[in-house]
Amino acid sequence: MTSSEQVALDVDGLRMRYGSADVLHDVTFRAHHGEVLALLGPNGAGKTTTIEILEGFRTRSQGRVEVLGTDPEHGDERWRARLGVVLQSWRDHGKWRVREFLAHLGTYYAPYATPEIPRPWNPDELIETVGLTEHAGKKLRTLSGGQRRRLDVAIGLVGRPELLFLDEPTAAFDPQARREFHDLMRRLVGAGQTTVLLTTHDLDEAEKLADRILVLDGGRIIADGTAAELARRIAGLDEVRWSRGGQRFVETTGDSTRFARELFTRFGDDVQELEIHRASLEQTYLTLVRQAETPEDALR
Amino acid sequence: MNPATATLRAGWSRGLIELRQSFTNGAELFSHFLWPGLMLAVMFFIRDMSFGTSGLLLGALALPSILGMNAATVMISMSQQLTADREDGTLLRAKATPHGMPAYLVGKVISVSGGLVADLAIFLVPGLLIVEGLAIGLGSWPALAWVLALGLLATLPLGAVLGSAFASARAQGLIQLPFLAVIGISGIFYPITALPEWLQAIAQIFPIYWMGLGVRSALLPDSAAAVEIGESWRHLETVGVLGAWAVLGLLLAPVLLRRMARGESGSGVAARRERALQRIG
Repeated sequence: MTSSEQVALDVDGLRMRYGSADVLHDVTFRAHHGEVLALLGPNGAGKTTTIEILEGFRTRSQGRVEVLGTDPEHGDERWRARLGVVLQSWRDHGKWRVREFLAHLGTYYAPYATPEIPRPWNPDELIETVGLTEHAGKKLRTLSGGQRRRLDVAIGLVGRPELLFLDEPTAAFDPQARREFHDLMRRLVGAGQTTVLLTTHDLDEAEKLADRILVLDGGRIIADGTAAELARRIAGLDEVRWSRGGQRFVETTGDSTRFARELFTRFGDDVQELEIHRASLEQTYLTLVRQAETPEDALR
Repeated sequence: MNPATATLRAGWSRGLIELRQSFTNGAELFSHFLWPGLMLAVMFFIRDMSFGTSGLLLGALALPSILGMNAATVMISMSQQLTADREDGTLLRAKATPHGMPAYLVGKVISVSGGLVADLAIFLVPGLLIVEGLAIGLGSWPALAWVLALGLLATLPLGAVLGSAFASARAQGLIQLPFLAVIGISGIFYPITALPEWLQAIAQIFPIYWMGLGVRSALLPDSAAAVEIGESWRHLETVGVLGAWAVLGLLLAPVLLRRMARGESGSGVAARRERALQRIG
């Protein structure tokens, strides 16, 4: 395997311009085979535009993009067969039945089976994997939102893709459905066979599912790293709360452990109800987005 | 299996599945029987009326004409289905699947023309019992087959052109008006020679008149040609006009379909749905 083969996604200096407005300024990142990457950012950051360019559904204005070694604008059917696409909202093929549709779509991938990757995925196994066995005979339009979403993922996986795109997989989910979906995704991508690029505006989701997080804001990647790296890079402040003599105190500090030690040294047993809140990834993320947006606001 | 064979096979099974769906759900089943039913009712009431002094029965003239007109409606169904499939993301799904677009089109042609053949039978079989004066022999069926095949070749690609050029469901509704107007002047329910000549001239531009004429030539005695323009079945002209529409449609359809497919994206489908919801709300 050559080094370019190990890179599933290679994006360099990607720009997207609509009329006179730049939606993406300079997006640069790579994903290695088997990696799960989250593209995290607020609404309107350019996540969907980025993913649609990578899927080959949108023509970019500038920059170099390689998806599984191919420029998506010139991707042929063989290339297409190695991708799985789960868009934000599907409501197609409402009259088709779950098993019938998966079995039918699978036939499109059969010519692209290789000794390493048997294609397609057996429909019954796939339906069981995404937990839709009891709904296999149902028409697509009668599925609930969560069931439909699980089917969408099954459709994205039916050709055993080497690279799976997931655009806002759990938007509009209730917490229960979201947790179930996360469990499902962890089961599916746990084997490390499939590279996944998912977009989300939910930090918690990015942290749970992704090996690496890219923060996209205002058309730029403003941070790139694991959840721990991101939290470390931006020295977020911890929050220390305590009470002494019936009075409550709150203090923010970069080094909460040291602060607490000094607190006890000074006041000893008088310190009560001590709580230390570590800088959360959420605060890190908000700090990042705020920092990225400030210079632009200043220009306006 | 090579990709081309796999594509054709996928399109074929897609077409059959869609066809089965359209005959196994209540609403569509109803519409499959509604129009033939209404047309049969018309046939029943005009079956004894004769056209002028020709001695020909109106019912005998109208039955083949209605068959020809029904065949021309595949243009509308093709166009509407393309629009609907574009709005709900079915086309985008095809685009996201290897060879999905050609298989989608093959499937559509099979389901639309298969549905037509079923609709024609639903109308023709009881129609034959009501109407007198047809001349159906062994030669009628091959004649009917070539007229329908050529007619489909003329109208299906045109439907694809209309479906890709007029994207919204609302525009699709508007397309039906001129279509109905052309039906009105195409000599379907009453011989075209009763119309002023300038209207006859307009009607002869479009496929509907020629499809009606072609089916009449297949199912009526040769003496019935007396009430046609030029007192002839004009087979050469029929092939010429329908052939010209077929060539035009087959030239335009791939270009427009490709352009439409290129423009499809997830956010595009989402934006159209937003607009559609706003219209309803």
